[in-house]
Amino acid sequence: MYTSAQSVRAAVGGRFTRHTAFAGAALLLLLVALPTFASRALVQDLIFVFYMLALAQYWNLLAGYAGLISVGQQAFVGLGGYMLFALTVIVGLDPLLAIALAGVIAGLLALPTAFVVFRLRGAYFAIGTWVVAEVYRLVLAQWKQLGGGTGTSLPPDITNSVAGIEGVKALFDARTSAARDMILYWTALVLAAGTIIAVYLILRSRHGLALAAIRDSEPAAASAGVDNFRAKLSVYVATAAGTGMVGALIYLQKARISPDSAFAVLDWTAYVILIVVIGGIGTIEGPIIGVLVFTLMQYYLAGYGTWYLILLGALAILIMLFAPKGIWGYVSERTNLVLFPIRRRLIASE
Amino acid sequence: MTVWLDTLLQGIMLGGLYALFAAGLSLIFGIMRLVNLAHGDLIVLAAFVVLVVTSALGLDPFLAALLSAPILFAFGYALQYLLLNRTLGRDILPPLLVTFGLSIIVQNGLLEAFSADSRRIGAGALETQSLPLGGGLAVGVMPLLTLASAVLAILALNFLFYRTSIGRAFRATSDDPETAQLMGIDNRRIFALAMGVAMTVVTVAALYLGMRANFDPTIGPARLIYAFEAVIIGGLGSLWGTLAGGIIIGLAQAIGARIDPEWQILAGHVAFLVVLVLKPRGLFPRAVD
Repeated sequence: MYTSAQSVRAAVGGRFTRHTAFAGAALLLLLVALPTFASRALVQDLIFVFYMLALAQYWNLLAGYAGLISVGQQAFVGLGGYMLFALTVIVGLDPLLAIALAGVIAGLLALPTAFVVFRLRGAYFAIGTWVVAEVYRLVLAQWKQLGGGTGTSLPPDITNSVAGIEGVKALFDARTSAARDMILYWTALVLAAGTIIAVYLILRSRHGLALAAIRDSEPAAASAGVDNFRAKLSVYVATAAGTGMVGALIYLQKARISPDSAFAVLDWTAYVILIVVIGGIGTIEGPIIGVLVFTLMQYYLAGYGTWYLILLGALAILIMLFAPKGIWGYVSERTNLVLFPIRRRLIASE
Repeated sequence: MTVWLDTLLQGIMLGGLYALFAAGLSLIFGIMRLVNLAHGDLIVLAAFVVLVVTSALGLDPFLAALLSAPILFAFGYALQYLLLNRTLGRDILPPLLVTFGLSIIVQNGLLEAFSADSRRIGAGALETQSLPLGGGLAVGVMPLLTLASAVLAILALNFLFYRTSIGRAFRATSDDPETAQLMGIDNRRIFALAMGVAMTVVTVAALYLGMRANFDPTIGPARLIYAFEAVIIGGLGSLWGTLAGGIIIGLAQAIGARIDPEWQILAGHVAFLVVLVLKPRGLFPRAVD
């Protein structure tokens, strides 16, 4: 029982924090070293896992925390991809530098986009973001220098000139294509791990508290002094920048872009939403579990084509009806397990 | 000059088709605040139903649509009663995700059943007939019928809404679902009826979609976007606003296409964005949401 003499403070953290940090660091080291001994096929599969994971974390931050449910994030994947092509093919920048710049440009373009779509709320916002993604697709299809509606390929001398490739070739005695995959792998790993760490730090900060308040009740958040509009706008712009960087990386790896693939709602939004929802929306752990489940399904079932997609659609419906908190929600409710503690708890000090 | 008059006429007629796409969506928005991401795919599904009835029974497409309408009404009723009603609530994610999943299922189910080939509902001589208006202008009979059907559909929906007891229940549930329930209205049944009515309008939209141009299982999402734009431009809760919204999208697309065929779709989207920036609540808003 508390007495008035006891002081109570709010703190984040839990008993798993230190173990998690330790295990996380060990896993990260293993993943960094992995391309030096693993097969090229595994390296390429993991690049896919990393970029889908990063996209899922961004969508989760947007929908699960800021309450902004977007079905138009393919806008920023496509913009990032096209900016990569423009900055390397036309401007002649190094591809890795182009990835970072593509993120900045996507973030800047998110401002006028927000100016329009923030006029819509809830479900209308969702479709509004989709319309804007279509507008970007149709506009970029007019860019004749990048192949117009049919798209274009990245010349091999650009993909083989990423920063550090000569060093990697010499150090690991690797061929150009293998060395390129290793660099892309590490870039993807940095993006995915960096995203998770960034999201974790944001959610533990005052901004994270403000976001949770907005998600739970906008009027209550506003009355407690949260600037709802600014908080949402900053999340929207930040996730757009991150999504743009991931998009640039995706199309550096694919080395071929077209408006229809770069702005595909299925690949860059439907799959991403499914990953978040399978794993558990509103948690950092959820997208990590979701991306593993999704990758396994993709690996074993994608060959079934339309039937696979029908299965995914049915899965989305079943999860929403019967397990809206996803796999992680189910696990953590029963075990109280938390890998990324972001909730504040009251602690009484003697 | 004649060219531009012709463009404007074509645009208005095309707007009739978009208004038909949008009327069902508007109805569902209005009554249960449900945003149905599968709406476009349901239109395409209905077009395939009409196509199958036409070719299986060798019927005239209008008669086939008349026969298809009760089937699709029942489908909509069951869909709402068994599935979508479970998703309604304060949280907007479940309905969005469930209808998104439904969209993927319908689209790929149609691909599996009918392949990706383009189809068309044959309407015989009607496809090419036109009425001369003088001065070198003429309107196609089919586009004119589309616009007339859109106006009729909206008149009928307004009658249903404001002159019948079902409509009173629709409006009551829309205004305040809890109180409506206290008055003895079964919301779940009302929502299911509304979806049935929406699917009936969708059948009419699908009939013209299939008779005017080729369609295939993948064109649903684009129809959803046009329908959504028409609803938002018109203002939530106003059926006549939805007609106006459809016509604005149609006009913008026709004018864009006249300047450069590649700009047709883009011009429609730009018109939507301009209205959204200037009048965020649409041109004729009724509902506050």
